[in-house]
Amino acid sequence: MTCTEFIALLDDIIDDSVAAETKAEVEKHMHKCGHCEVVFNTTRKTIEIYRSHQIYDLPNDLRERLHAAIMARCKKGC
Amino acid sequence: MTTIQSIAGQDEQHPDVALVQRVREGDVSAYDSLVRKYERQIFRIAQHITQNREDAEDVMQDAFLKAYEKLEQFQGNSKFYTWLVRIAVNESLMRLRKRRTGKMVSIDEDLETEEGTVPRDLADWAPDPEQNYTQSELGQILEKTIKGLPPGFKVVFELRDVQGLSTEDTAEALGLSIPAVKSRLLRARLQLRERLSRYFHKKPGSRQVGPKVARAES
Repeated sequence: MTCTEFIALLDDIIDDSVAAETKAEVEKHMHKCGHCEVVFNTTRKTIEIYRSHQIYDLPNDLRERLHAAIMARCKKGC
Repeated sequence: MTTIQSIAGQDEQHPDVALVQRVREGDVSAYDSLVRKYERQIFRIAQHITQNREDAEDVMQDAFLKAYEKLEQFQGNSKFYTWLVRIAVNESLMRLRKRRTGKMVSIDEDLETEEGTVPRDLADWAPDPEQNYTQSELGQILEKTIKGLPPGFKVVFELRDVQGLSTEDTAEALGLSIPAVKSRLLRARLQLRERLSRYFHKKPGSRQVGPKVARAES
């Protein structure tokens, strides 16, 4: 497996959806290629960080205000 | 503590189906539950596309109002949330076009650029790199990092990786093909990784992971 082939499969590797026989090749490649191992680990970490530190959160007061405005108009039939 | 057993036969049904049915029968409080359930997610999608707080607030309200008005048109064969996302994405793109004085903006534009498909920064990160920043610094880094990505990349990343939708549901919500979602997701993940690397590298002096073999040319 080359690095280019590894990167093409990266999403499937991260999502753990590669076929069993490909998985062995992926692991073999990562074992010998430090760069691909870094790309795999840091891409997975990127996802983890974005998932656990969600940006653009709605503060509760704004959320309540927007919610009330939506429901008031729905009750009037929009 | 009492437990409520699920009603036999309804185990497979998505809870939104019953709520949508109640709204159709005139129960506005059921719509209140749907709005509460999804308002945060819809706001984030709108913010990703419009990059403007006020626009995102307006989009969120308009999307829920439009969905309420058009609920009769909602076909039960898609999920309520994917249908709602599609409305919110269209509303967001309309806002963006208005602000860019009519310039065409699409989620589905064919992005031929190869940028970000070849990882360049190959140095390892610190073990828990986010701990070197305060919550507010980290929030700023994450916002700044994702801001520069094309709208289609940001929304695919948000839906698939942050909100946890399947590839199929993401494709349906955005009106994209499955290969298009996959291609955007890979590029979004790699570009975000590349951009975050500058903040999360190991500090100088710490041990770096070196190449074990020469890297193949892409």
